[in-house]
Amino acid sequence: MAKIELTRIPFIKNALKSRYPQLAVFIVMLIGYIFAILAGLIGTPVGSHNFSIVFVWIAWWAILILVAVPFFGRGWCAVCPIPLPGEWLQRGAVLSPPDKRPKWLNLRVPKMFRNIWLQNISFLLLALFSSVLLTTPNITGVVLATMLFAAIRLSTVFERRAFCRYLCPVGGFIGLYSQTAPIELRIKDKQVCVTCEGKPCYNGSQAGYGCPWDVFPGGLTKNTYCGLCMECIRTCPHDNIAVNLRPFSADLAKPSTRMDEAFKAFIMLGSAMIYAGILLGPWGILKDAAYNVGTDAWFTYVAAFLAIIFVALPGLFTVGILHTKNTLPLKQRFASLSTALIPLGLMFWVAFSLSFVLTNASYILTALSDPLGLGWNLFGTANATWQPMLTSMLAPAQTLALVGGLIWSARTAQKAAGEVKVSPIPVIVYCFIATCLMLWLLL
Amino acid sequence: MNRSELISRFLIVTGILLSVGAPLFLWARTPLIHARMAEDGGWNPDIIQAEVGKPLHLKITSDDVVHGFAVGQMEMQSVDVLPGKVTDITLNFDKPGIYTFFCTRWCGLNHWRMRGTIEVSGSSSDPEPASSLLYVSLDLDLDAPHDAPVVPNGKPSATNGQLLETNLPIDLSAEYYRSHSPYQVFNELSATTLTESQRWDVVAYLWQTNTTSTSLVNGNQLYAQNCAACHGENGAGDGVFADDLAAAGESSMQTMEGAMDMVMQSPVNFTDPRRMLGASPALLQGKILRGGMGTGMPMWGSIFTEEQIWDLVAYIYSFQFEY
Ligand code: SF4
Ligand code: SF4
Ligand code: SF4
Repeated sequence: MAKIELTRIPFIKNALKSRYPQLAVFIVMLIGYIFAILAGLIGTPVGSHNFSIVFVWIAWWAILILVAVPFFGRGWCAVCPIPLPGEWLQRGAVLSPPDKRPKWLNLRVPKMFRNIWLQNISFLLLALFSSVLLTTPNITGVVLATMLFAAIRLSTVFERRAFCRYLCPVGGFIGLYSQTAPIELRIKDKQVCVTCEGKPCYNGSQAGYGCPWDVFPGGLTKNTYCGLCMECIRTCPHDNIAVNLRPFSADLAKPSTRMDEAFKAFIMLGSAMIYAGILLGPWGILKDAAYNVGTDAWFTYVAAFLAIIFVALPGLFTVGILHTKNTLPLKQRFASLSTALIPLGLMFWVAFSLSFVLTNASYILTALSDPLGLGWNLFGTANATWQPMLTSMLAPAQTLALVGGLIWSARTAQKAAGEVKVSPIPVIVYCFIATCLMLWLLL
Repeated sequence: MNRSELISRFLIVTGILLSVGAPLFLWARTPLIHARMAEDGGWNPDIIQAEVGKPLHLKITSDDVVHGFAVGQMEMQSVDVLPGKVTDITLNFDKPGIYTFFCTRWCGLNHWRMRGTIEVSGSSSDPEPASSLLYVSLDLDLDAPHDAPVVPNGKPSATNGQLLETNLPIDLSAEYYRSHSPYQVFNELSATTLTESQRWDVVAYLWQTNTTSTSLVNGNQLYAQNCAACHGENGAGDGVFADDLAAAGESSMQTMEGAMDMVMQSPVNFTDPRRMLGASPALLQGKILRGGMGTGMPMWGSIFTEEQIWDLVAYIYSFQFEY
């Protein structure tokens, strides 16, 4: 399937090239983000009626996992407010070209951290505390504020967006799953880049900043680390950057060989299944363990969580592919074949989030009118009653997502197996078993 | 610095200031009364100032479960206080004094500890005459055992009693009823020719004549709202919190008031004839007013009006008699 270059459409091109549309969205997002922090800290402690919980964990999450990631990849990162204050501070400007001399330390992130292990850890940290995080406005407020300040701090120590690249707990999985999205930012013509002097897309120029995500657009082959910040569209003097519409999961044809990314796939797959079991399953003990942070039961839950993600799931996977004898080292086969888990994991999250979001979506109306639980009624919807939405569509939609995900991952497995020249069967069987388990948990 | 940079900086700074300032400002101007389970702090604030003749507007919200709000010794419907929602309420006081507000929903084991006070200042045109309480003027010892030595075999019937009563020398007045226990009346009837069960029937009749159906309905309502959580819907001392009360014992007292030499007791069983038939209305009034010192029984004097307490007393006896 051919790609369609969206930046050929003058409206899109101009909207991306100009800084103002994005800046307008940025300001709105930043206001919303700060308001969410404040709402979490001073608003009602009843999560379901507090803006911070309802807008971050229900509304934002729904948009992120059901729309933004599957269709726009890192589209969220293009408008995310978290790195902005730090970035503006780092540049000493919002729009003006940067000074020649950096204002801050501008260090390079040490080599050992230049992978997504820190993101894996930060995600797991949030995941293990998710039961309290997702229901306690105070804690949500503190976590949101911490992310904002961590991003600011890292911007003043390291160059570019160190927080986004190496620490952001959401950024990690958005990057992983953005490979499946039908949107990409790529160069148009390699030859132009080869002869391009100064590579302003990476180094910056009077027209704009060098890639904040520390990637060289000329070398982009997958979406994972391009934050769609659109700077390179503005800086490339040869108009060599395009945003393309492309087939889904195009990036997965070239499987990754990195262990941090492979484990990210397992972490995401495993946590989707564990959450489904805890939040939607019938096991009271499990729920109690997850919610009573700090108790013995919770530590057991943490141990089980980590064991499933780091031992059970990858272990079974390894056992499955052991027999696929060939000359490549096991590590490489492991990393490459785990690519098949990316669409599977994404669809697991979609299916899980569907039920979570549809049951709680009606809180959005209430929280919109009375965001702090102070008895306001800004839009007249403060007294909307809670009711699950579209309940009849839920099970079919989930089944569709899961079965679709299985087929999608089977095809991905075929391609990945082709790359490393082994049989895809064990991986497909693995995906099949995981899907059955997830179906059973959800339905 | 060029103009667009300046404008964007201005917009960003204004946006940030607004997003911090506006909610803080509005929040500070919306004083809320927060309701939490007693273990987590109860009402906050729990002392409210008001003035006679000036309407008091309150905004109440719950931080955990559904609570209720009512003010003692006042004509008012209790209102529900829902988690995360704000309930508006306006109160008018026409007498100065210290009023007690309290939770009317069974929110948890220490539900009855959820109380606060409204201090109403000002002067009143109609000073209330001080009425001395019956249990005080009768000099009753509220904590002495008072079990009836004899109890009927079944529930005495007021209808049967009415037929027997006509030519008996008994006093049907409220004073007599209030100051005597059913057993005392039963005992005074021993000089008559009636059988034991007939005498109990007459007692039931005396109790019935001092009870109106309205007061039973009121009593029932008050009971369901305030007492049933511990004493049980049917008076058997088996309310939803009864076991917890007994089990929680000392520890639950300590969480609230520091270490105390007190042990919670299981709630009284109102269907036990030995206990109930040995108690006079005045005694029950006293127990309700004062509470059961050192047991889990709260004091209701600051909450119920005198009439409400008599209604409750009447209702509690209905577990013993067939009206
Ligand atoms: S990586 Fe995280 S902080 Fe950075 S833009 Fe994406 S979501 Fe926002
Ligand atoms: S500035 Fe444009 S042409 Fe030059 S290297 Fe970057 S993308 Fe290629
Ligand atoms: S500058 Fe270009 S390549 Fe770098 S993150 Fe932004 S959009 Fe992606």
